[in-house]
Amino acid sequence: MSSTFFLGASIVILVAVLLSLYRVVRGPSIIDRIIGVNVIGTKTVAVIVLTGHLFDRVEFFIDIALLYALINFIGALALSRYFERKGVLVKRSGAAQ
Amino acid sequence: MTAVGMALVCSGVFFLLTGAIGLIRFPDFYTRMHAAGKCDTLGSLLVLTGLACYGGLALASVKLLIVALFIFVTSPTATHAIARAAKRSGLTWWTREEGR
Repeated sequence: MSSTFFLGASIVILVAVLLSLYRVVRGPSIIDRIIGVNVIGTKTVAVIVLTGHLFDRVEFFIDIALLYALINFIGALALSRYFERKGVLVKRSGAAQ
Repeated sequence: MTAVGMALVCSGVFFLLTGAIGLIRFPDFYTRMHAAGKCDTLGSLLVLTGLACYGGLALASVKLLIVALFIFVTSPTATHAIARAAKRSGLTWWTREEGR
């Protein structure tokens, strides 16, 4: 019963990941894509821990989740610092499409 | 303890889904970041805390709480850095007059 619950929660979070992937693919500026990737990474940490409960190997999967959160944070900081220096060439976001 | 953990996981999944819907529905980068940053932090925090409650007293629960604390610190920091990059590179924001 509990494995069904964890599977359902993982599937709902993966639907949310698909919705965020729409913003990554379609986003009008590059910084929309960056925030989409950051959101997907944060959701992936939750999915990894839920998968660990699903397989009864929580101890392994928590270390992977911690590493993933660390890489996600460093990647977001590096991308934002790079594009802050370079300048984001964007259209007017409200008037796009 | 199991019921409390499941309720926390359910509310966290709800917040994650709401943040994703806000991310695709809002008209501007700053409003999208408003939806994504806060809903994402709260949702993953609730999911991790709920799983720690589900596990009970164990080493894995303590590590889950450490992961939750890490996300609680780093996710707003990343959001702030990205928003500052957008602001400093001159991204203008959405107004009602020219948005319609």
